[in-house]
Amino acid sequence: MKRIFFSTISTIALSAALVACGSGVKLNDVPVESRSATPVGTQPSGPATSSVAPVQIDATNNAGGGPVGVAKVIYFDYDSYVVKPEFQTVVEANARYLASNKSRKLSVEGNTDERGGREYNLALGQKRAEAVRRALSLLGVTDAQVEAVSFGKEKPAVTGSDEEAFAKNRRAELNYR
Amino acid sequence: MIPTFHRRILIALAGSAVFAIAAPAFAQFRVEVSGVGLTQMPIAIATFKGEAQAPQKLSAIVKADVERSGVFRSVDTGGLIMDEGTRPDLTQWRQKGADSLVTGSVTPLADGRFDVRLRLWDVVRGQDLGGQSYAVTAGDLRLSAHRISDFVYEKLTGDKGIFSTRIAYVTKAGPRFTLWVADADGENAQSALASPEPIISPSWSPNGTQLAYVSFESRKPVIYAHDVSTGKRRLLANFRGSNSAPAWSPDGRQIVATLSRDGGSQLYALDANGGEPKRLTQSSSIDTEPAFSPDGKFIYFVSDRGGAPQIYRMSATGGNPERVTFTGNYNISPAVSPDGRWLAYISRVGGAFKLHVMELAGGAITQITDTSADERPSFAPNSRLIVYATQQQGREALMTTTLDGKIKARLAGAGGDIREPDWGPFSR
Repeated sequence: MKRIFFSTISTIALSAALVACGSGVKLNDVPVESRSATPVGTQPSGPATSSVAPVQIDATNNAGGGPVGVAKVIYFDYDSYVVKPEFQTVVEANARYLASNKSRKLSVEGNTDERGGREYNLALGQKRAEAVRRALSLLGVTDAQVEAVSFGKEKPAVTGSDEEAFAKNRRAELNYR
Repeated sequence: MIPTFHRRILIALAGSAVFAIAAPAFAQFRVEVSGVGLTQMPIAIATFKGEAQAPQKLSAIVKADVERSGVFRSVDTGGLIMDEGTRPDLTQWRQKGADSLVTGSVTPLADGRFDVRLRLWDVVRGQDLGGQSYAVTAGDLRLSAHRISDFVYEKLTGDKGIFSTRIAYVTKAGPRFTLWVADADGENAQSALASPEPIISPSWSPNGTQLAYVSFESRKPVIYAHDVSTGKRRLLANFRGSNSAPAWSPDGRQIVATLSRDGGSQLYALDANGGEPKRLTQSSSIDTEPAFSPDGKFIYFVSDRGGAPQIYRMSATGGNPERVTFTGNYNISPAVSPDGRWLAYISRVGGAFKLHVMELAGGAITQITDTSADERPSFAPNSRLIVYATQQQGREALMTTTLDGKIKARLAGAGGDIREPDWGPFSR
């Protein structure tokens, strides 16, 4: 309906423009080549096609939960994707909780520091998340309870471009859902 | 010589009669020229008659467009106003060093729209190279200026202009991420998606109607396809694990993406209308960032199967990957030019991430920036420019560059961080 309306308007406008053009051009020796056959409604520049409809996403409630008093962040060395021995107690405490709460689901979110490309970092963060998932699975946690995902470098824990900030951002976060 | 034949093309554009004032925003970017032995065509762009009363300074937009292309150098006109009906004294313009001259006018119409006209003169041969006329709404005045730039560029170079195409990019302002669709000069940005969670890797469908991208709105990376004119979104890939790096096949029927559903980041082909993904790579390493060759036969991608990330090429149906980059130990984010001649990618050089261009036929590599945090190159549809993200004075910026790196321009954009550009196709 709208389209028909616009093309009618456009046809009228086009005729008007042709008339206006015929009388307004000062160079009388310049013939006007009219492309009035151009389907006006399909011009990519028309407001109907060049306009963008905005979409708004609202914040989601991200209730954490999980074992109380247990750390839920595991840090990694530079260019490393193995869970360090000092974080084994974190893995064990979370594995125990999952074993006794079979209905709980855990999202392991891998993260990297800010250096390098976004997509390659997403893949590196995935390696960290999967290292933690494997460590949990070695302790008997089923894959059905754990999903390994990556945020790459998109959600740094701290801002800054020094080694201290980098070290805090190379991490996997354990997020209960 | 007095030309005996003149041509005038008239295209009237559809539009509502609503009069809207668009904020004039034409002087926000700077074109940097570097390097010697640069041959640029000198062009004079007169101030259009009636422009001072119009919401957009058309001649300034045209001038910025043609300068950004790297092909032209603009000749100072001293603010001279000349409309398309005036016969210029071409001897005078020859003395000023101009090879060509653009004149024009913008006139309000009774219905609230504007009549925009231009004429292009070949100063050296003394020829009228033709003109165009557009009847547009105030909101489409910038677009009419870009179409003028396309007309001038095509007439004088024989190549198609890209000034009326669109670029998608993402900004981060505080906790807010926004996916924008903007003119090729970064102006006139319209929000397609606003989210409290990150958005990365926007990718235009080959027909320019949809964007595929990765959204973290559900606390994991998921791929959507989004029709930009209607705002209608659909899930393309929401499999267990991470879903990222969408790339459309040139025919628009397939999306190749990185999925970790089977453990590890691997490449899969998905039908654009949905369905079961088909696995394309079989490695225990990272395979990501797929990019189709323009003929659709090959997929370039990043893999660390050799111990460090390098760019490989394989058949679009999977199999027989061969390594493409051999210099350096960190080469990522491949983009193939639409004419198939060039590969743009990011290479780490001494801790800095720099845009490089490889001529695919001979393998010659050019480093084309001196910045240190370049990301995600994307070619203009005429293969003559690249848009990429970088950092300048600690702030994120989008730049365009010619393929030799000699002409760079910083694109306009709102405040906050700006990243993840993707250059759309020619408008149809």
